[in-house]
Amino acid sequence: MAASINTLRLRQPSVIPGFGLALGLTLTYLLLIVLIPIGALIMRSSALGWSDFLKLVLDPRVVASLKTSFGCSLLAAAVNIVFGPLLAWVLVRYRFPGRTIVDAMIDLPFALPTAVAGIALTTLYAPNEWFGPVLEKVGIKIAFAPAGIVVALVFIGLPFVVRTVQPVLADLENELEEAAATLGANRLQTVLHVILPPLVPAILTGFALALARAIGEYGSVIFIAGNLPFVSEIAPLLIVVRLEEFNYAAATGIATVMLVISFAMLLIINLLQAWSRRRLGYGG
Amino acid sequence: MDISIRNVRKEFDRYPALHDVSLDIRSGELIALLGPSGSGKTTLLRLIAGLEYPSEGAIYFGDEDASDRSVGERNVGFVFQHYALFKHMTIGANIAFGLKVRPHDRRPPRVEIARKVSELLNLVHLPGLERRFPSQLSGGQRQRVALARALAIEPRVLLLDEPFGALDAQVRRDLRRWLREVHDQTGHTTVFVTHDQEEALELADRVVVMSQGRIEQIGSADDVYDRPSSPFVFSFIGESSELPVSVRGGQVFYGDAALSVTANSGIEGTARLFLRPHDIEIVHDGDGAIAGKVTASHRDGGLRRLDVVTSGGHRIEVTLPAAQCPDIAGDVYLSPSRGQVYPAGADGKAG
Repeated sequence: MAASINTLRLRQPSVIPGFGLALGLTLTYLLLIVLIPIGALIMRSSALGWSDFLKLVLDPRVVASLKTSFGCSLLAAAVNIVFGPLLAWVLVRYRFPGRTIVDAMIDLPFALPTAVAGIALTTLYAPNEWFGPVLEKVGIKIAFAPAGIVVALVFIGLPFVVRTVQPVLADLENELEEAAATLGANRLQTVLHVILPPLVPAILTGFALALARAIGEYGSVIFIAGNLPFVSEIAPLLIVVRLEEFNYAAATGIATVMLVISFAMLLIINLLQAWSRRRLGYGG
Repeated sequence: MDISIRNVRKEFDRYPALHDVSLDIRSGELIALLGPSGSGKTTLLRLIAGLEYPSEGAIYFGDEDASDRSVGERNVGFVFQHYALFKHMTIGANIAFGLKVRPHDRRPPRVEIARKVSELLNLVHLPGLERRFPSQLSGGQRQRVALARALAIEPRVLLLDEPFGALDAQVRRDLRRWLREVHDQTGHTTVFVTHDQEEALELADRVVVMSQGRIEQIGSADDVYDRPSSPFVFSFIGESSELPVSVRGGQVFYGDAALSVTANSGIEGTARLFLRPHDIEIVHDGDGAIAGKVTASHRDGGLRRLDVVTSGGHRIEVTLPAAQCPDIAGDVYLSPSRGQVYPAGADGKAG
């Protein structure tokens, strides 16, 4: 008896079973789906050698395309975290005729083939089409310019922000706003100090998703961007160009740089998010 | 601050929540709005706060008509049932919120705010918790923080919506006593909503009993318990049994038995008699008493509770000192020593 009581317990009993199995499956899956392809990419680009790799990365056209890609993506995600929460707010707070239709429309950019979105946007903004001539008169050029890339990326990124913020906003108690009002806060103070802070983690998640989607976007952008090297050429397009030249090493090289930058940005956003959740008292 | 509610009516989507309610609250008074759910008590509280606006009628703060004043302008302290603390702010920031959002010219300096926060935390018996977050506190502690936050703006009136509704019984009892202390210390005019009669009777100077959007009775604990103005109040406050009786010339009859309770003048014919379980005696003689049969008997602390079914088939609850009658069973005669007779038409039943 005594011996069996003193036996060392290797496994702590837990109410949530299957930790080992679950973690094993998760890691295997991640390995197969994400890590092995990425590893292959990095191996492929390592065929370049260090000095060739550096030369490729510092090539002005590559640098320009990376700047365009990441710059436009950041800008588009930034636009979306302003208007996305606003849309979510309207959908959560107000009851109006056609609300369900608007709600369903939010998801359209998810469902639409991106090429279709690109063609649609180009049709609107091209210099001889609907908005194009009007905007040209006031000196704004959207189609075949970096601005066009941002427009396309805003379009495809919007649902990510709306859909992450919406449920959090719906869970926010009305009483919080009423409490702020009884304490004498005006509407602006209530929004800034009471409503927005609890939404920050969700907004950051939406930002990260929209950004990630924007960086990888290809279909919608190439129609509206005009694809002028050094002006409106995005990195994914440059990769395709290199592939068509059968320059696989250069293509994977650019891809690796994109991968590293994207990963770094997403990591920073995730850390920011964890920090903001802790500040909210969710305990990490 | 005196508060006067004058002929207030409130409709939600044409469904009336309050009908023509009038109520005068004296400065420094502690008032309970008591009633079952749907009685309009929370609506009345929110109207006083300015979280709702009356469809008709007016609300005066002192001599000033506050009906059209926004909630911010009314300067009321409001405590919500579920605390409504700002989770992303520390306890200190929560309490300071009302002071920090003031316009520049009326905002106290930082040091002054910090001093006030620690003073309020002392008042609510939570000293030194400025830097904690609401998620780190228990329910009772959170509600005390909510009260401190409401008091920070030096409100003209303190309003509490079921302040202890979400807490367990022991904590409720402690907080109740403590709220009374805080009220006596600060002297704020205080109105709180509750559906718990024990809470209302113990805590309030005056109890406002509400039912179906109307005020049934306003009075002290003794008034509403001993002199209920309607069948509803009688059956809602405390325990009661009801018997159909007939009144002939001031004499109350249950069947053929002439009971020793008296009816108010003006009541004649069929009527309803309401009895408290402790106002009924067991007698040996059938004369002027109600014949019945004990169907159940159980011990409750110092009391014994009997369920009696009368010969007419009505249920009556009787409580007796436990020592007085060790075990009573079978046929008994009941003699009510006190009771209240209401005309048969009078409406209202608790529920």
